[in-house]
Amino acid sequence: MPDQNEMAPSKNRQEVEFRGGGFSPKPMAIIGPVVFVVIIALMEWGTRTGWITNLTLPRPSDVFKTFIELYQSGLLFEHLLPSLTRLAVGSVMGISAGIGLGVLIGLFTLIRAGLLPVVAAIFPIPKIALLPLFIIWFGIDEGSKYALIALGTFTPTVVSTYGAVDNVDRSLIRMGQSFGLSWFSIVRKIVLPGALPGILSGLRISLAIAIILLVAAEMLGASYGIGAYILEAGSLYDLERLFVGVSILSILGVTISWLIGRIERRLLNWRS
Amino acid sequence: MDLRLENISHNYGEIEVLRDINLEINEGEIVCLVGPSGCGKSTLLRLIGGLERPGSGKIILSGEPPKNTLNALTYIFQDFALLPWRTVSGNISLALEDHAIGAKATREIIDEVLSRTKLTEFADALPRQLSGGMKQRVAIARALAVRPAVMLMDEPLSALDSQTRELLLEDLIDLWKREGFTACYVTHNLAEAVRLGHKIAVLSRRPGQIRQLVEIDIPLEERKNHLDELAIKQQTLWELMREEALAADKELLSA
Ligand SMILES: Nc1ncnc2c1ncn2[C@@H]1O[C@H](COP(=O)(O)OP(=O)(O)OP(=O)(O)O)[C@@H](O)[C@H]1O
Ligand SMILES: [Mg+2]
Repeated sequence: MPDQNEMAPSKNRQEVEFRGGGFSPKPMAIIGPVVFVVIIALMEWGTRTGWITNLTLPRPSDVFKTFIELYQSGLLFEHLLPSLTRLAVGSVMGISAGIGLGVLIGLFTLIRAGLLPVVAAIFPIPKIALLPLFIIWFGIDEGSKYALIALGTFTPTVVSTYGAVDNVDRSLIRMGQSFGLSWFSIVRKIVLPGALPGILSGLRISLAIAIILLVAAEMLGASYGIGAYILEAGSLYDLERLFVGVSILSILGVTISWLIGRIERRLLNWRS
Repeated sequence: MDLRLENISHNYGEIEVLRDINLEINEGEIVCLVGPSGCGKSTLLRLIGGLERPGSGKIILSGEPPKNTLNALTYIFQDFALLPWRTVSGNISLALEDHAIGAKATREIIDEVLSRTKLTEFADALPRQLSGGMKQRVAIARALAVRPAVMLMDEPLSALDSQTRELLLEDLIDLWKREGFTACYVTHNLAEAVRLGHKIAVLSRRPGQIRQLVEIDIPLEERKNHLDELAIKQQTLWELMREEALAADKELLSA
């Protein structure tokens, strides 16, 4: 017997196999830029060696040169400023209206029952299809572009906001009521901060849609703006300028997303 | 202030949750509510605090409210119910902000309750940085800040581990010794009930009715020295509850 006892552990010795881990992506600041650099370097190398013809892709260094020329000619800001203004005005209108209505839909039975179907009906319409209508309503100038961007950001903001309001912990609202807080206090101090994470992540989608619509609107009727610049370059098959325009949009998108990230980190630092 | 429940009954649709509850909670008294799961204890507490309307019956507060009370009926919740985006003092200030008492008085009240609950050094911490026991202390401080007439506590210690529970229980006893608050205290834990309750109302399974009201005469501060007697009381309570709990358990399974 004692023999067996001594033998048993040594015979069936086996290390416990690790089977946890994963499912928790962590931020890694360095990887993103590296991927960009690698892609651009590949394009540069490909176009230089002739492996990629100049008709397929422009050379990144030429694109960069074109960009510098655009900047030096002063035309960059003549295109960028109207675009940024349209983006800002349109999305501020759409997002603030969207948050307002989203909160109301989240809080009131009647408004929810009445307006949720309407929002659901508007949501899937490609807003760009309505541009002619907006031109009739708001004029060919800025008005129609603001309206288009506003409507485009409005619907996703409504949907993400009322979802976020729905997700606010009811026990916190109960607590507010139990301390005799007014309705307005409960909304301002409990519902809105509780819904903020959901609202902000909805904002990312809304603003990406805003950029897409901005370009579409400018392509259909504007003499200045990133969209107009891209359209002109495209019709001349000027790939360098086309890529300059597209890169500006990309950078704009990344900047906005970074800004929202900053806002999230500031406002949501209470989350673990 | 005294609190009286008169013939309280309550239904949720078809389900009869509470039937003909009569109960008195006198000033300075802690009344514990025990009963099997789902018998309507939390519901009763919500009715008492005015968060829900009883189907029938009356809940009456009588007597002189405490001086400067801001919220006569004040809850302490099982899940703490702290706003995660506010610091400890911000959470306490939430309960005061809707009353026109001025920034200075607010500050003073916060400082005072923080020191009474020994939380002063955590004033600027966020809830996620605190342990469960600390969070519940913050909730207690918040409740004290509004100088309640009656505290309504729904299993305030259930979410805590047993050591923390014991510590907090001692804190509550201490607090009661110093300030003699009035409370209705819901719990699953019979040991807590016999340590803290002047009266213990045993509820039957759903529909909840008061099966028996057990009184314990030993003063709270001396209970530590009468553990034998408490154990006997606890055993009596358990025998009262046992059948109900068994039956309630089976009901849940068949439902
Ligand atoms: N808002 C509600 N709508 C419908 N039914 C409810 C509602 N709240 C509670 N109930 C039902 O009423 C009964 C009593 O619930 P309550 O939460 O008061 O029990 P409890 O005694 O606090 O239980 P526990 O010990 O598990 O906390 C349960 O059967 C529950 O399902
Ligand atoms: Mg309960």
